[in-house]
Amino acid sequence: MRSLMVILAALSVMGLGFWAYQENYKTQASMREVRSLNRSIGAAHETLGFLRAEWAYLNRPDRLADLAALNFERLELLPLRPESFGRADHIIYPLPEVLPITNPIDVTSVEITDEDPL
Amino acid sequence: MIRTPLRPLARVLKARAQGEDPARIEAENLDKRHEEIRDRSRARAEGRLLVLGLAFFCLYAVVGIRMGALASSVPEEPMAVAQGNPIIGQRSNIVDRNGRILATNLETHSLYAHPQDMIDPTGAAGKLAEIFPELDAEDLARRFASDRKFIWIRKQISPEQMQAVHDIGSPGLLFGPREMRLYPNGSVAAHIMGGASFGREGVHSAEVIGVAGVERQFDAYLRDPANEGAPLELSIDLTVQSATEEVLAGGMALMNAKGATAVLMDIHSGEVISMASLPDFDPNDRPQVLTTGDQSDSPLFNRAVQGVYELGSTFKIFTIAQAMQLGLINPDTMIDTTGPLTWGRFRIRDFRNYGAELSTTDVIAKSSNVGTARIAMQIGGERQRSFLGELGFLKATPIEMIEAPTGAPLLPRQWSEISTMTISYGHGLSSSPLHLAAGYASLLNGGTKVEPTLLRRDTPQLGPRIVRADVSASAVRMLREVVVNGTASMGDVEGYAVAGKTGTADKPKENGGGYYDDKVIATFATVFPATDPQYVLIVTLDEPQITSLDEARRTAGWTAVPVAAEMIRRVAPLLGLRPQIETVTPVGVTLTSN
Repeated sequence: MRSLMVILAALSVMGLGFWAYQENYKTQASMREVRSLNRSIGAAHETLGFLRAEWAYLNRPDRLADLAALNFERLELLPLRPESFGRADHIIYPLPEVLPITNPIDVTSVEITDEDPL
Repeated sequence: MIRTPLRPLARVLKARAQGEDPARIEAENLDKRHEEIRDRSRARAEGRLLVLGLAFFCLYAVVGIRMGALASSVPEEPMAVAQGNPIIGQRSNIVDRNGRILATNLETHSLYAHPQDMIDPTGAAGKLAEIFPELDAEDLARRFASDRKFIWIRKQISPEQMQAVHDIGSPGLLFGPREMRLYPNGSVAAHIMGGASFGREGVHSAEVIGVAGVERQFDAYLRDPANEGAPLELSIDLTVQSATEEVLAGGMALMNAKGATAVLMDIHSGEVISMASLPDFDPNDRPQVLTTGDQSDSPLFNRAVQGVYELGSTFKIFTIAQAMQLGLINPDTMIDTTGPLTWGRFRIRDFRNYGAELSTTDVIAKSSNVGTARIAMQIGGERQRSFLGELGFLKATPIEMIEAPTGAPLLPRQWSEISTMTISYGHGLSSSPLHLAAGYASLLNGGTKVEPTLLRRDTPQLGPRIVRADVSASAVRMLREVVVNGTASMGDVEGYAVAGKTGTADKPKENGGGYYDDKVIATFATVFPATDPQYVLIVTLDEPQITSLDEARRTAGWTAVPVAAEMIRRVAPLLGLRPQIETVTPVGVTLTSN
């Protein structure tokens, strides 16, 4: 009985050792993956930052004002002024829609016979 | 186990035969047995001690080796414990109140050389000089020929330049990554941003540090990795700031002023929505600090925060409001305005003679120095001083800029009676336009103190009460009267019920000895809309002068007021304020019957 316990204990130690060895390598693999993911996220962040900076640079107020002035003939953009505000009652109500004709009536139908004229 | 008997029969019989005592044999054997037992247990104990000693030795050896390893190796962040985002190590962005970028980082490269790896140093030097015109080919070639192993060529290069250097194809020319601070909007909000430069520089990285403005004030916050790249949100609105600067620049040119500043502030929250100071600069290429002459002539000088001026008649409303708060006067009290008012060798006079007396409202509307000085004498210097102190005029503004302490107000050495009288109409006490904005906001928002802030906050500040709500409302009505019937008639913007007060103060001579006759600081302090005050706007022009109707005009009514009116016209719609149609007589319903 006692020797059986010793053998079982030894087997379990060996099993645990094997398990720990595997876990160690799995962890290292995960760490490597995390590192490479972090690197690519970092690169993506960098690109994102670059794009944001470019967007902000292209939308800087001075440039937009210059563009609006350059394209005035086409766009007719003016700075927002008090006169730009309208009132809701200055807008006309939408015109009533003309209903689609679902059942057309031929006014000359008195002349038509049942036979197809064509 | 063989057990030795204590009384072996053979020996006992033999002993008996010889007449000896058999008990001695038994005692002898017992002794022997005890000795054996003792030896065995000692050996076992020794063995156990040895094992225990070995175990302790191993444990202490592990601890010792670990300690030695930790002490002698380079510190390293434990990977599994680092909770923060290890990627975002950059300096945080600065954004405006709507999240538009005011300052960000850009990855660029630095260029350095390892001359020992170069194949054709002279040729490389020549090609480099072609790419970078400020480099001298001969000088570069000489440096490449020296014994040095490492030479900086440029600290920062653009991607196009980098490609051009790549195309030279020399193995001795190397690039290092370098982060640079970019202000995409150029000179917009330049004084608020300040600027950044490099701190400690290495081949693989360089430290970006703020040198002025919010960049310096919040340097620690912006660099703190614990923020995980969360941006610093300012109260500035980029669109409004840009419109303010545009109008101010136009106004400054039109009014022939040498400098101008504007502060737009939310009256309830104390947020500075826009703050402009001209002339300005580009924070991407921050100019050098002046080494000679007056610092206030430098474009780096922020007139809104650092410039302390006597702001003239704009102060009158504080005197009147305090007198109303103390119950000394009401808006209809008649004030003696016969001038000039003589105190010692000083004479206080008005711009024009307004007759014997004016109502309090008209003292403000016509801007009577004599009337205000008389009211101030009723208040007294001590009470005036403490009231201005409550409004924040006695110390530098608490705005979050590194320059704020340099904008400390200039106070009279002794708060004498004549000081009380002159300060009542804005002379003898110099403060910054930002002080004035905070003072107006505190007075006109219903009477509770607000402090100016550059950080976005969505809730109103609930400061201590300074004046009663009814005094605050009367003050707004009086200021509205200034625009409708008084000195600021050009300031009316249809639909926005502008209320405000002009102030024209002579500039003191730099080296003492009185005031200039032909140089003024013209200020218009305004609040709009008067029906429900929301924003306060201060416009100050430095030495404006225009010729109108064949006369040189410098007063604020002719210079600062039209600029401020145009600014409100541009900025108020951007702030989402809808113009209100003002009806002269209230529209009523007439009952008729038939």
